Amino acid sequence: MWDYSEKVLDLFYNPVNQGAIADPNEPDVAVVFGEVGSIACGDALRLHLKIQQSTEIIQDARFQTFGCTSAIASSSALTEIIKQKTLDEALHITNKDIADYLGGLPEAKMHCSVMGQEALEAAIYKYRGIEVEQHDDDDGTLICACYGISEPRIRRVIIENDLTTVEQVTNYVKAGGGCGSCLAGIEDLLIEVQQERVALSQRVTAEVAATPLSPIQKINLIQQVLTEEVRPILLADGGDIELYDVSGDVVKVSLKGACGGCESSTVTLKNSIETKLRSRVSPTLTVVEA
Amino acid sequence: MVIYLDNNATTQIDPIVLQTMLPYLSDFYGNPSSMHRFGGQVGAALQDARAQVAELLGAETTEIVFNSCGSEGNNTAIHAALAAQPEKRHIVTTAVEHPAILNVCKHLEKKGYTVTYLSVDGRGQLDLMEVEAAITGGTALVTTMYANNETGVIFPVEQIGAIAKECGATFHVDAVQAVGKIPINLKNSTIDLLTLSGHKLHAPKGIGALYIRRGFRFRSFILGGHQERGRRAGTPNVASIVALGKAAEIAQQHLQTLDSSNPLNNPERQLRDLLEQQILATIPNCAVNGGGTHRLPNTTNIGFKYIEGEAILFMLDKHSICASSGSACSSGSLDPSHVLTAMGLPYTILHGSIRFSLSRFTTETDIQQVLTVLPTIVEKLRAMSPFNSDDSTWLQSRTLTPTPT
Repeated sequence: MWDYSEKVLDLFYNPVNQGAIADPNEPDVAVVFGEVGSIACGDALRLHLKIQQSTEIIQDARFQTFGCTSAIASSSALTEIIKQKTLDEALHITNKDIADYLGGLPEAKMHCSVMGQEALEAAIYKYRGIEVEQHDDDDGTLICACYGISEPRIRRVIIENDLTTVEQVTNYVKAGGGCGSCLAGIEDLLIEVQQERVALSQRVTAEVAATPLSPIQKINLIQQVLTEEVRPILLADGGDIELYDVSGDVVKVSLKGACGGCESSTVTLKNSIETKLRSRVSPTLTVVEA
Repeated sequence: MVIYLDNNATTQIDPIVLQTMLPYLSDFYGNPSSMHRFGGQVGAALQDARAQVAELLGAETTEIVFNSCGSEGNNTAIHAALAAQPEKRHIVTTAVEHPAILNVCKHLEKKGYTVTYLSVDGRGQLDLMEVEAAITGGTALVTTMYANNETGVIFPVEQIGAIAKECGATFHVDAVQAVGKIPINLKNSTIDLLTLSGHKLHAPKGIGALYIRRGFRFRSFILGGHQERGRRAGTPNVASIVALGKAAEIAQQHLQTLDSSNPLNNPERQLRDLLEQQILATIPNCAVNGGGTHRLPNTTNIGFKYIEGEAILFMLDKHSICASSGSACSSGSLDPSHVLTAMGLPYTILHGSIRFSLSRFTTETDIQQVLTVLPTIVEKLRAMSPFNSDDSTWLQSRTLTPTPT
């Protein structure tokens, strides 16, 4: 039996906002709906929105769901989350927000929360006159033919949910859960996303390095270089190093163990530590023994 | 009070069976293989149990080998059949077998065996012409179930066995769902090997038996000591074997009281039929999967259109009613039941299929309670569903893309 949270069971047994919204034909009010899923896939959601056109505020939201316990609870949760939000705010809602609202979902059921997010997007795009199909297949090759899942959708869940394995992707968007022939393709996407992330963090580091450091940043970086790059070498020789003080460009360190009494300690200081700190932190640094 | 209608998943231990087995978990703890009277009396109890199981199957005591479960029985039987005719590399089975057969077959395909999976029609029945065409002189094993766990549809095993015999193939039957529910007599049968499991007939979990026809050249699967005449090593699970024996004896008595009279005069079948007919009468848009066929008297599988099975189960659970579903969501995988899929049922029915399986402990009050709450449950879920007619196009528009071959 699935280990559903109290909140999931409560919203399943006592769903709120189920049903459709009739168009009141009032000025400044629009009623739209978005649809995802199919009977073949085993779950489907039609999400109805009542939007105040002047403010783009969602005045009411209702759902019609064909699906399991968590699909119904996710749909009901979604309608509660988006009420009184603007369309732009609503577009920032992720499947994770829905799952969190429910107090979590079993991992194999995360695709229910994804369905909610997709129906919301579909409804808003429909209101704004953007073709959902186009959005879906933008640069999108179809990765999973069995469940009709395109590359952008898989990328989105990987990024938004920090997914690392193919099994997780299957749990979240079903891709790979059918014939299994796309499993390698999903793995490639995971690697791609991870590589993009590494590249991004390297770029951020480079940008940070290009700007002058504040005193705190400088001290932190000195400490980091000493701990990660200098200390291991000294430890291997039976010595140790500790940062004593930083005053302007003068770095005071205390040397311990084998290094402290060693005649070549000054040379050690000058040559290795200073070179290292100059190259990694600032070319104007000098190192002295405290 | 729980209303338990999931007896094809497992059954309650009959209180008499429990009483019979308990002394073997306390006072009579000797090893039946020991050379002292304390162990010897336990050995005698095993022999009694063996006779009781043999009696239920119309078999001889030496043809019964106790083991741990249905999965072990099925694995052992396939292994033994292939070992008996190692030069033959072909297996015939059906698309609707239990995973304990299907996954072994898939594994064997990787090892170089060829497997033919026989199809079923829309009501879950095999086509004997297809069976005949599939089995050849190169077939080592034909393995089919006696009755399907999801639909209760009974296969014509003796006719399949006759074809298998003509071609010299070993015939194994997974009878886990049939034993104790319908009379079985292996005395003049074509069946070489037959699997049964204790917990499906009111014995505990963790005990099963494999019937091995006398004269069959059996090679054991689990090697070790000389237990079970060297055919299944391991110290016997004494208490559970005693329990299985008692459960078999009670099932036999139960079946005899039914047999003597009109087959319709079976309380289990009457309650099943009542449940089925009343559901069809009071709830629109539902159908019996495998209906109108030769079926187990305790099983009904009903598809409720436009709603999803897991949701129905959770609604039933709120009323303490236990059933099961072939929907994708309730199985933990993304695919709906392979049995209902093989029957070619439309998705509108597939995902909303519920199996009710009764036992001799089911009462009319149980059935009435289901009939009281089920219409409301279905109505509630259908009111939530965006889908309410076979004509609504949008949900069906995105059908599954065929698997690339």
